[in-house]
Amino acid sequence: MKILTEHINTPGIETFDVYRKKGGYTAVEKVIKKMTPEEVVEEVKKSGVRGRGGAGFPMGMKWSFLAKPEGVPRYLVCNADESEPGTFKDHYLMKNIPHLLIEGMIISSYALGANKSFIYVRGELMYVIHILEKAIEEAKAAGFLGKNILGSGYDLELVVQPGGGAYICGEETALLESLEGKRGNPRNKPPFPAVKGLYQCPTVVNNVESIATTSWIINNGGEAYAAIGIGKSTGTKLISASGHINKPGVYEINLGVSCDEFLNSDEYCGGVRKGHYLKAVVAGGSSVPIVPGHLFLKTANGEDRLMSYESLSDGGFATGTMLGSGGFIVFDETACIVRNTWNFARFYEHESCGQCSPCREGTGWMQKVLNRIEHGKGSMHDIDLLVDISKKIEGNTICPLGDAAAWPVASAIRHFRDEFEWHIKEPIAATKPGAVYMKESVLV
Amino acid sequence: MTETKNTITFTPERLAKAKEMIARYPEGKQKSALMPIMHLAQEQFAWMSQEVMDYVASLLDITPVEVYEVATFYTMFHLEPVGKHVIEYCRTGPCVLMGGEEVYAHLTQKLGVKKGQTTSDGLFTLKEVECLAACGWGPCFQIREKYYMNLTNDKVDDIIRELSR
Ligand SMILES: Cc1cc2nc3c(=O)[nH]c(=O)nc-3n(C[C@H](O)[C@H](O)[C@H](O)COP(=O)(O)O)c2cc1C
Ligand code: SF4
Ligand code: FES
Repeated sequence: MKILTEHINTPGIETFDVYRKKGGYTAVEKVIKKMTPEEVVEEVKKSGVRGRGGAGFPMGMKWSFLAKPEGVPRYLVCNADESEPGTFKDHYLMKNIPHLLIEGMIISSYALGANKSFIYVRGELMYVIHILEKAIEEAKAAGFLGKNILGSGYDLELVVQPGGGAYICGEETALLESLEGKRGNPRNKPPFPAVKGLYQCPTVVNNVESIATTSWIINNGGEAYAAIGIGKSTGTKLISASGHINKPGVYEINLGVSCDEFLNSDEYCGGVRKGHYLKAVVAGGSSVPIVPGHLFLKTANGEDRLMSYESLSDGGFATGTMLGSGGFIVFDETACIVRNTWNFARFYEHESCGQCSPCREGTGWMQKVLNRIEHGKGSMHDIDLLVDISKKIEGNTICPLGDAAAWPVASAIRHFRDEFEWHIKEPIAATKPGAVYMKESVLV
Repeated sequence: MTETKNTITFTPERLAKAKEMIARYPEGKQKSALMPIMHLAQEQFAWMSQEVMDYVASLLDITPVEVYEVATFYTMFHLEPVGKHVIEYCRTGPCVLMGGEEVYAHLTQKLGVKKGQTTSDGLFTLKEVECLAACGWGPCFQIREKYYMNLTNDKVDDIIRELSR
């Protein structure tokens, strides 16, 4: 089922006219003319759609938590920070079909009673910001935005806000700080944004892809959306696929498609690079645990693993992982797990905002230890040290970046410990350019 | 000193744009326009010198330190002079899998600079950045608003030749 990407290759779909011809903005007409905000929230609840930014929290439920004190403005903020390594779906969606997001923003803002809503886009995507601003101008000229939309008395203004280059601003409270013109330091919670968010007013933060689902849900009904997918993983999901596959790119899948089909069929990734073998997969962006190929394809019980929130996390962290943001990264036998783990650890050290010591110190420490292992200067004790540091970070920080930094390290050691040991025991062989530890039994 | 200060002024178009940006936010929340205006400033002045940051602060009627705080937190703002083209090269895992380290080695050799340095002709500054949300189209780098993707050594040669003209 193509809900978000059905028209993405239509020439001119980035313009209002073509988007409109393909049925665009009919959902806005429907909500504004025929539905109350409560009915819109109800429809989204029925769809069961879960937040596509990473955590997978049901969107309708989040909307119903929004506080509504008299006389206080409420805000919708779209999270288009997209900085999680391996994730490039929102970029793809916004640059190709910007009106899908704009339409979703109007529907969602109406449902929440927001009259000014923001799209916070990572600053690197300035060219996408221009595309969105143009789309907003077009929608305004056609009467779908601005004052008195379609004569209903409902006013809405959309503001596109650039970030400045900081992964942490994807975390929703850091994003709000950033939007207020400050450093992106995550806030202590509670209070949650639903009560005190942007400018201390009730705020909903949702991912681009989450918001973009709403026009289909309104046009076709929440139940029709819920009929797609599997169990509590309803609907479709965009997966950004990168690494050692034949066809890197963004794919829209029905949640519940088998991992084998997603990886190997020509409709999606087209299999591991020709002539190579599957070694490991990071299924949901750099922050989720890495799993060896066989555990990606089958659960510990030997069942086929599916691309869904539940199936990917089956077995917990011992044998499973997470769907996360859908940042799907494939490693073949030429990839060095130690080097990749070090690369990610370096990323988290660089991106830690530095507010809490377990994260600030721990990410730096993990990076240094991994660096010395990767460069043939590690000791056996270092492996346990890494596990120990990761445990001390996990759960002890203001925001989940700490966990996001700890999990990749802990999981790499859990599943590929012998590769770390090889780097330590055979430093000369391990530090030769391009040298990779080979254990054929893990390859699929 | 006062003379340099006087030269730091937005072009009339940018000043109008900055005013329009400030007006986007609710009453009393004009500080939200800080980053948009900093991007505008860097577009005109190439880097965020203290004079530029002080100018931005004056436009928003906030203290200069509020601008310094933000400029030092976010990686897109250049705190030192830069060359004509700033190459922001993605060094994160997925791009590495696509051959990012090999292409990077070629690029540094070609330019004869290391990260953070500017070529002696002042044409290129090389910066390393983290994931640019283009992982499936890696290796990649960015110069101003333009993404250069699916890089190979040959493509890098072409781009550098093109931009050196
Ligand atoms: C370190 C960190 C980075 C994050 N980056 C993003 C991001 O780039 N985009 C995003 O939508 N959510 C990101 N999130 C999740 C947001 O905090 C938030 O949960 C999400 O935007 C909510 O939207 P959703 O419910 O529609 O998924 C990040 C979270 C953390 C802890
Ligand atoms: S966990 Fe890390 S990124 Fe999050 S608030 Fe603490 S120091 Fe900052
Ligand atoms: S890793 Fe280079 S763009 Fe994502």
